[in-house]
Amino acid sequence: MAYVRPVSKTCWYLKDRNYTIHMLNELTSVFVGLYALLLLWGIGAVASGPEAYQYFLKCLASPGMLVLLWVTTIVIFYHAIAWFKVTPKAMPIQKGEEFVPGGVIAGAHYVVWILFSLVVLFLAGVF
Amino acid sequence: MSEVQLELEILRYDPEKDQEPHFKTYQVACREEWMILDAVNHVKDEVDTTLSYRWSCHMAVCGSCGMMIDGQPKLACKAAVKDYADKKVRIEPLANFPIERDLVVVQDDFMEKLKRVKPYIIRKEEKPIEEGEYKQSPADLKRFKQFTLCINCLCCYAACPEYALTPEFVGPAALALAHRYNADSRDQGLAERHKEISKPEGVWDCSFTDTCSIACPKHVDPASALQQLKITTTVQWYKELIGMGDK
Amino acid sequence: MAKVNKALFWSLFAAGGTLTAFVFPVLALITLFAAHGNTPEIMGFEQMQGLLANWFGKLAAFGTVSLALWHAAHRLRTALYGLGLRADGIVSVVGYGIALVGTILSAYYLVQI
Repeated sequence: MAYVRPVSKTCWYLKDRNYTIHMLNELTSVFVGLYALLLLWGIGAVASGPEAYQYFLKCLASPGMLVLLWVTTIVIFYHAIAWFKVTPKAMPIQKGEEFVPGGVIAGAHYVVWILFSLVVLFLAGVF
Repeated sequence: MSEVQLELEILRYDPEKDQEPHFKTYQVACREEWMILDAVNHVKDEVDTTLSYRWSCHMAVCGSCGMMIDGQPKLACKAAVKDYADKKVRIEPLANFPIERDLVVVQDDFMEKLKRVKPYIIRKEEKPIEEGEYKQSPADLKRFKQFTLCINCLCCYAACPEYALTPEFVGPAALALAHRYNADSRDQGLAERHKEISKPEGVWDCSFTDTCSIACPKHVDPASALQQLKITTTVQWYKELIGMGDK
Repeated sequence: MAKVNKALFWSLFAAGGTLTAFVFPVLALITLFAAHGNTPEIMGFEQMQGLLANWFGKLAAFGTVSLALWHAAHRLRTALYGLGLRADGIVSVVGYGIALVGTILSAYYLVQI
């Protein structure tokens, strides 16, 4: 009889560094989801009027929320960097015969991302 | 002549005698230019003739000697002993496959899946031989060339955590080959392969860990093939939804 | 449902992942500024209302929030399965359910602004 080795269903991702990184990537979704809910809350507050919106802003400034926001922001940046890094694998571009190097595709994404972010920050009145 | 001392811990399993596999340790004095396969061959030739494993070409072409070396799926003929110098090295059969005997795994599951994705050129209508060959530009060839380099060594399956968790998953090498034919300008079998690939156990169990591509000794990059296949499959799914899918 | 339409859920996941990668970092930064009391101009009530009053603003906000929710629901489902939680049916219903409710709610709020 052939022998089937048991596989851990709960701890496999600790066995290999790449598996662990992958699990961390997947778990960025927790914070992406939380931030989406926060945006939803904010939109709801705008819909309800100035008082509700002021209350929303006040809640953002509470100490617990500040910590959560900091963690969320860091995780979201990580998500963006990790996502663009693997984009060339999903969407390789062939120009003529040769493929555009993956680094160029990822790099273009990073450049567009940074420029877009700066424009938004400028329009938002941050600087 | 310099030597590399290796302590090989080889997983042994005799289906007629053993309830479960166990490690056996062998001290091997290797020549420094040896590959792990040479060290294993040395054990078989000089120490223990009962050791079973597959190998053939010793030049990373036949794809037979895939095994777990220090926990990573590798071709034994491509892993230099120098990289493991003066260490204990664990040699195990490829992960995620049943063990037939010692380092030999049962490959039936992969063989069956390989068939299912129809890895050959499908034409809706074959044209008569008199009309000549199906022509292809160098750019068209380049589009899928890399995915033809697979030697079916199964290192990618051993590296894939999703295959370990969900054995029904069609898996990297077979799906990469499906993509290879989908991307071939001479092929018209996308819709036929789509039936198999769009099933839940088709391409969707892939969560893009990229570990198949890291493990691949031929740099086929199955992870890239699978992500492209997900896009193709999604597009075809939407097209079918509005009745405009490839036939 | 969750089994048959994997292509649908995956496409929402992929679109959401790309969109959030582009826009979430800068939005999170702006939120962080506001939370620290240096409220950027745009975070004022009138400006925000003005931004969400026009159809382009509504569409952008709706697309961002809903796709991010579908992205997160799908990825979290995979992650929970990976962590060993084998109640995939319940996880899908709850996760995609929250995404669906969030999608409807965001549309409902936005038409009111």
